[in-house]
Amino acid sequence: MSQGIEANNMAAQPGEDERVKRVSKLRKAMVRPELGAICGAIAVFIYFAFAAGDTGMFSAEGVMNWGVVSAQFAIIAVGACLLMIAGEFDLSVGSMIGFSGIVIALLSVHYGWPMWASILMAFAVALAIGALNGYIVITTRLPSFIVTLASLYILRGLTIYFSIATTRQTIIGGVREAAEGDWLAPLFGGKILKGLFTWLGEAGVIQTYAGGVRAGQPVVDGIPMLMVWALAFIIFGHILLTKTQFGNWIFASGGDAQAARNVGVPVNRVKILMFMLTAFCATVFATCQVMEFGSAAADRGLLKEFEAIIAVVIGGALLTGGYGSVIGAALGALIFGVVQQGLFFAGVESSLFRVFLGIILLLAVVLNTYIRRLITGER
Amino acid sequence: MADTPLIELIDIEKHFGSVIALAGVSLSVLPGECHCLLGDNGAGKSTFIKTMSGVHKPTRGTIRVDGKEVVFESPRDAMEMGIATVYQDLAMIPLMSVTRNFWMGREPKKRIGPFSFFDFKTANAVTMEEMRRMGIHLREPDQAVGTLSGGERQTVAIARAVYFGARVLILDEPTSALGVRQTSNVLATIDRVRKTGVGIVFITHNVRHAMAVGDRFTVLNRGKTLGTAKRGEISTEELQDMMAGGAELAELQSSLGGTV
Ligand SMILES: Nc1ncnc2c1ncn2[C@@H]1O[C@H](COP(=O)(O)OP(=O)(O)OP(=O)(O)O)[C@@H](O)[C@H]1O
Ligand SMILES: [Mg+2]
Repeated sequence: MSQGIEANNMAAQPGEDERVKRVSKLRKAMVRPELGAICGAIAVFIYFAFAAGDTGMFSAEGVMNWGVVSAQFAIIAVGACLLMIAGEFDLSVGSMIGFSGIVIALLSVHYGWPMWASILMAFAVALAIGALNGYIVITTRLPSFIVTLASLYILRGLTIYFSIATTRQTIIGGVREAAEGDWLAPLFGGKILKGLFTWLGEAGVIQTYAGGVRAGQPVVDGIPMLMVWALAFIIFGHILLTKTQFGNWIFASGGDAQAARNVGVPVNRVKILMFMLTAFCATVFATCQVMEFGSAAADRGLLKEFEAIIAVVIGGALLTGGYGSVIGAALGALIFGVVQQGLFFAGVESSLFRVFLGIILLLAVVLNTYIRRLITGER
Repeated sequence: MADTPLIELIDIEKHFGSVIALAGVSLSVLPGECHCLLGDNGAGKSTFIKTMSGVHKPTRGTIRVDGKEVVFESPRDAMEMGIATVYQDLAMIPLMSVTRNFWMGREPKKRIGPFSFFDFKTANAVTMEEMRRMGIHLREPDQAVGTLSGGERQTVAIARAVYFGARVLILDEPTSALGVRQTSNVLATIDRVRKTGVGIVFITHNVRHAMAVGDRFTVLNRGKTLGTAKRGEISTEELQDMMAGGAELAELQSSLGGTV
């Protein structure tokens, strides 16, 4: 059959058409969403290796310090990333963090629900709110920016109202006690690989406390579940986006919703699910934080929505949707964590962190626009 | 002709409120033919093909597919009967790769354990092969569609429709935004597809483009058809005049032998 022969020819001499311009491997490797974040991450590590190398920033304890902060950023960045690629924003992430935390603390401490039921309830409510956000965006066809800006205020207001109306304060403590012996709570507040770290401490690989009640124990006694969640979200998000049919639908929904609809992609479903994912991520963040602090506060999560979006943009996603990378967003979160904590280690005034955020955001957007031009040939 | 038309639209009327967009238009598409639908702006071309592809329901008139009367409730119905439309600007997503665009909505899957993944190996191989058949040599299948020329994008969209079983391919002004070379690429693609037995409806208001590939020509003017002419029965100038609805209208009607 001629078809078979032709196919063979093609396999034997791929792209040996004189009209096909050769593109250097380097340029191909460069035109990818993560480029800026990779360079940024390397630059940041080199900088702090010099600026704070002797401060313990890269000891086990120091790594755990900025690692946890980076993981926090990463959890919300993954949700924001997939949502942004699907063409939408969620500005209510920060409010959702405060809201979910208060729901858990109220139900468990104030109303005496078992911790697991409180946590599950918080997730159910959050997913419903995420779906509602998405549903409103789809049906009104308003920009998600406006719709979720409304949710930002409504949720924050409700959080403070519920908290004060029931307990007359905006901070609810006693969560750790309420979580005692619960089966679900350790999934958010626990640590794993404790045995390994004890062994590392004994083997002298990591430092141990010299005295006090914890004498002999390693300074880092395990990997917090927060980090495990972050890693799980990154792996899940990356595979979902790049290796599955649903991932193609995410790209398509954000790239051109109408073109996607024309070929039968369920754009509305994709977008609503992504709104639910950001709400889910925010609630994981909130639950981990509540378990760690032992309390919930109505003002938690302030400005987190913007930090998530900045991490995503540093990671190479386009604000207009249809393009981006989960790995990039995770690197963006890493840059955040390292810089925020690194400035502290290096003894730099911490307010400069915000200055840094603003500048790096601008640089990232400029770079992304340039990369986009390379891809589309600016036609 | 001996063949039954793939699709036949008879006396189609479409009213939008008080606006009569189509006032009795008939057209048929035979296997392997390129049927050009010409007309000036606002003549009703887009409305007509939207009726053909199930987007609009006609106010009056009949549609037959393979000789059997049908009613399209949605574009899905039309698609299932092999009627595919390539819209000019809503076809491709520039930031996505050719493969991702090609398979959008119909991604091939492979299972690994309980999970199912996008089968990029198959997808890439088929995409490269289909593109090559259409005369487009891709550098690599993960090249972004944005790096292709406008004509090549049209061709990807056409190849996609054909690969997924189009029997009638409706092209809404595929050449209107293209330069000379890209236009000739698209016209060559139309010719290739026609030879495989697919019937093509080619919408344009450029008479020369129509004359280059058309087998039959139907001109719409203010919601009415001025009849259908076969290749060789009509000249470029005559078509041009008909589109404009000029003074020679009455004279032309006789040479067409169609209904007015
Ligand atoms: N949804 C609608 N509601 C009301 N009127 C409509 C609608 N769609 C089309 N029309 C009217 O029907 C007539 C035919 O429009 P149509 O878009 O089919 O023209 P066309 O031949 O495709 O023109 P063009 O070359 O500009 O694309 C126009 O007068 C238009 O205003
Ligand atoms: Mg039109």
